[in-house]
Amino acid sequence: MESYIVIGIVVLTFLWLLVTYNSLVTLRNRVKEAWSQIDVQLKRRSSLIPNLVEAVKGYAKHEKSVFENVTRARSALVGASNLHEKAAANDMLTGALKSLFAVAEDYPDLKASENFKQLQEEISDTETKVAASRQFYNTNVLDLNNSLETVPSSWIGQMFGFTKEEFFKASEEEKADVKVKF
Amino acid sequence: MAKVNTAWDQVSGNIFKTWLIMFFFSLFTVGVIYILAQGFGYGQMGSLSIVGFALIMAGVMNFASYFWSDKIVLGISGAKPIQQKDNPQVYRLVENLCIAAGLPTPKIYIIDDSATNAFATGRDPKHSAICFTSGILDKLNKVELEGVTAHELSHVGNRDTLVMSVVSVLVGMIALLSDFFLRSLWFGGRGNNDRDNNNTVFLIIALVSAILAPIVATLIQLAVSRRREFLADASGVLLTRYPEGLINALLKISKDKEPLEAANRGTAHLYIVNPFKGQQAGAFLAGLFNTHPPIEARVKALKEMEGKI
Repeated sequence: MESYIVIGIVVLTFLWLLVTYNSLVTLRNRVKEAWSQIDVQLKRRSSLIPNLVEAVKGYAKHEKSVFENVTRARSALVGASNLHEKAAANDMLTGALKSLFAVAEDYPDLKASENFKQLQEEISDTETKVAASRQFYNTNVLDLNNSLETVPSSWIGQMFGFTKEEFFKASEEEKADVKVKF
Repeated sequence: MAKVNTAWDQVSGNIFKTWLIMFFFSLFTVGVIYILAQGFGYGQMGSLSIVGFALIMAGVMNFASYFWSDKIVLGISGAKPIQQKDNPQVYRLVENLCIAAGLPTPKIYIIDDSATNAFATGRDPKHSAICFTSGILDKLNKVELEGVTAHELSHVGNRDTLVMSVVSVLVGMIALLSDFFLRSLWFGGRGNNDRDNNNTVFLIIALVSAILAPIVATLIQLAVSRRREFLADASGVLLTRYPEGLINALLKISKDKEPLEAANRGTAHLYIVNPFKGQQAGAFLAGLFNTHPPIEARVKALKEMEGKI
């Protein structure tokens, strides 16, 4: 009789271990998937930039420094490898684009062009998409970190070397790390 | 400890309350089955097969409305699908909120009706559809529409079509059993006439249960529906991070007294607010029979989340 109880406890413990481990793996994979979604949106964003620069160049040839900043920020974004660099480069690009659109204000013909209007709309939509995918990523990071910090799943996490993930957030200091002159 | 009622607290609170209601609903169902099975007096095997039959019938009847929920509802309401080029603003708004929610973009439909309402349906996120009336698109601004869309997408993410279908199966089963029982009394074809007093008392209990049980079951179903509305409000706020948008939308929609012609009893629980506006009364009894909580209660819950997300 007693041996049945012992066997029962062992089996239940093993099942609990299995379920918890699998749920942690699922959460970790979701974070990875959410991260690749941010990448998709960032790529989409950087692929729009050359078209935009071309469109503006047609009307405002002399604003060289603005184009250079945008192009530089874009290559920083394309070249960025980790989360911090990407977040910072993305914020840089946002700043550079702001000055580009500010410059465009001075050229009525450019502002009236259908192509430019469409690009402007696409870019602002992509910015919303980047923000949305960033939010989804952070939600998933929160779920994973919660599981890794609360008992008893934290024990399993430690046992199998799960690590907490970082939220996608750029601080002022990190922005300064990326060398882009304005 | 100070009570902080964040959107997260409201989400987990509403999920917990749904489970609590479902738990009591299961107990209630088992009780009703027991009483009616005794009332049938067929002996244990016989009554059990009647219960099984009722469960299967209720399941079959509800399966189609669950599996083809999108097609059926959209067909009834006369909604027209739109593509990105037809209405890029609305399309992008839905698409971007879906990215934040981690859901596939649903098919988007518009009902040509000046009433202000919206609903979402579909058996799972991959087969989901979201539908707006042309009235709601005209009358709400972007942040308000985002609040409404986030609420609807939360219904999709929380699998509310599935939740309500499961509840419908239980309600349907209780209704069928009660119906069988009352009919069997009518025809009196029960074979054994050697019933004693004890059995007569039980028969009366069973009779009363057969009459009341379907009503109680419907009330529980409506309570679940209202709970899921609160839940969708709270999960929606987690998406937009801006309760104000949904608050303003709800206030605007509730001021608009025009009922939606395309809605019917079967689809009412899907909409963002009760589509039969004239009949919405504040009284307690009327409140029990509503698919949606009163706007004031929803706005109050949303206001509690402000600044705490």
